[in-house]
Amino acid sequence: MSRIEKRFAALKAEGRKALVTFVTAGDPTPEVSAQILAHLPKAGADVIELGMPFSDPMADGPAIQLSSQRALGHGMTLQKTLDMVTEFRKQDDETPIVLMGYYNPIYIYGPERFIEAALAAGVDGLIVVDLPPEEDQEFCVPAVAAGLNFIRLTTPTTNDQRLPAVVKNTSGFVYFVSIAGITGTASADANVVQGHIERIRRATELPIAVGFGIKTPEDAAKFASISDGAVVGSAIVSTIAQHLDDDGKPDAALVPEVLNFVQSLAQGVRSAS
Amino acid sequence: MNQVNSFRTGPDENGHFGIFGGRYVAETLMPLILAVEKAYNEAKADPSFQRDFDYYSKHYVGRPSPLYFAEGLTRYFGGAKLYLKRDELNHTGAHKINNTLGQILLARRMGKKRIIAETGAGQHGVATATVCALFKMECVVYMGATDIERQAPNVFRMKMLGAKVVPVTAGNGTLKDAMNEALREWVARVEDTFYIIGTAAGPHPYPAMVRDFQSVIGEEAKEQILEAEGRLPDTLVACIGGGSNAMGLFHPFLDDKLEIIGVEAGGHGLDGDEHCASLTGGKPGVLHGNRTYLLQDDDGQILEGHSISAGLDYPGIGPEHSWLHEIGRVNYVYVTDNEALDAFQLCCREEGIIPALEPSHALAHVAKIAPSLPADHIIIMNMCGRGDKDIFSVGRALGINMNEF
Repeated sequence: MSRIEKRFAALKAEGRKALVTFVTAGDPTPEVSAQILAHLPKAGADVIELGMPFSDPMADGPAIQLSSQRALGHGMTLQKTLDMVTEFRKQDDETPIVLMGYYNPIYIYGPERFIEAALAAGVDGLIVVDLPPEEDQEFCVPAVAAGLNFIRLTTPTTNDQRLPAVVKNTSGFVYFVSIAGITGTASADANVVQGHIERIRRATELPIAVGFGIKTPEDAAKFASISDGAVVGSAIVSTIAQHLDDDGKPDAALVPEVLNFVQSLAQGVRSAS
Repeated sequence: MNQVNSFRTGPDENGHFGIFGGRYVAETLMPLILAVEKAYNEAKADPSFQRDFDYYSKHYVGRPSPLYFAEGLTRYFGGAKLYLKRDELNHTGAHKINNTLGQILLARRMGKKRIIAETGAGQHGVATATVCALFKMECVVYMGATDIERQAPNVFRMKMLGAKVVPVTAGNGTLKDAMNEALREWVARVEDTFYIIGTAAGPHPYPAMVRDFQSVIGEEAKEQILEAEGRLPDTLVACIGGGSNAMGLFHPFLDDKLEIIGVEAGGHGLDGDEHCASLTGGKPGVLHGNRTYLLQDDDGQILEGHSISAGLDYPGIGPEHSWLHEIGRVNYVYVTDNEALDAFQLCCREEGIIPALEPSHALAHVAKIAPSLPADHIIIMNMCGRGDKDIFSVGRALGINMNEF
């Protein structure tokens, strides 16, 4: 069992839902980002999504676009993202880490080489936004064969006809994108999302986490209660942005405030049944 | 897979030209991309679709465009015989409208009410706004904030035509950022919106579809040269940004015995990053829905590139060109900003044609090869756009202050 599978199984046994947090690796700087990452589990993150910064994040809204730019501006690379995971694993061998991003940096790194490096660093799963099942052969299939979970996004536009193909090579959990849109924008209607969750449940036994547009502990509680977990990204990343001065320098309150916010999200999710 | 005895059978059913092309988009868009593909395949098989396309091409766009024997330039070069395919005479002044016309007819067929597009120089934006006005569709054009400043006349044209122009400030505010933003907007409005991509790139079926609509250029040219000379040309030359005008000219000739040359924008030269020569200066990667040659760094981050021509200022290239490059069917070269500027002035002087900066790149390469070729060597060059939009850029580059006339 992967760390992701173990974590969702443990949460299920405890009768609670998962808080999945997203931050971009290297945002706002590699040092501060490593500090945030190290403390996320204690603040209540059950699963950590770590963004691999990319120059052209086509499925992301302004908050995550800017976080990518900040990270790249500080010299972040895919190798440094993997190194961050290696460091994290020295003190935490249980919290699952999912790398999330776009295919080009992986393709340039070399798909096979990346799979090896990700496993060696202690990465558990991957979300590659611009790799639909139609393009599985080159990267998804070997990644899964090597033991990485491949977490697929399903969306309101993923119809029943398509759903089996989308969940086919998916493992770990299914990420339901609650809106047809980009990250950090509109919020979904919980009733509509519930309908989609039921639809996906019929196609897979994997846990389902809901993300996109979840901004507050209340949202997190609401969407966690109708699924197996809530994903929060843009709202956390925006908290980082609020603690930067005009030159992009972080203030002293940044790390504690980000962790406080994650704690409040965790409380929200833990209140969900 | 593509048959070895033809270069014209691609892409395969998943949109691949060799390793290039494909459908690298977020899941939200996948069902829509598949729907566009299905609708396009049906349209292709429907004679009434082709009939509509031909009707508007003739009566609205002004096709066929002439294939003109460029006497002045031929005399000046003193070598090969040069013909210009005059797609700059189309309504809106460039080849772009061939594609926007085809795509909006498809959008109508699919029952879409709203069109979005990206634009760099504004030519594709104007061509999109034009057909939207014609067919009474809502039109939103995404344009980099930097480009809006550089291309004010085209912004004004789009607005007059009823389009909403949305400035994109993300990234460097140029064409690739505009394309990112259009894709983001599409994800959020999948139900009622059709995305008219401006070049032969993007997720399948766009590269093939745009090529098909632009192939009217090469089909006409073939017929016209046979009529004028009784034989096929020896060389084809066209400029390449994303590569739609070049694919349009090249594709009908790919299986014929002749030399084909694509000319990329060399900017300030290939020594640094100040160019847009994706094939000669980039490497394969994945962006904007397809695998193709891209300008990028060692970490796979996309670079901006530079060209004096805003229409060539794109870090990628259509996937079919990447494939034609790798198999060696088309020879890709580059010319610099300065060479293009010289060709621009030469064309004005020798032919009385003010060319766009994009085909000025093609002409700059013709100027390199034509003088040493024999008099019976026939070259067809695609004059894909007129230069009215570029007079300010050219004036600036030549150090001419228009306020001092």
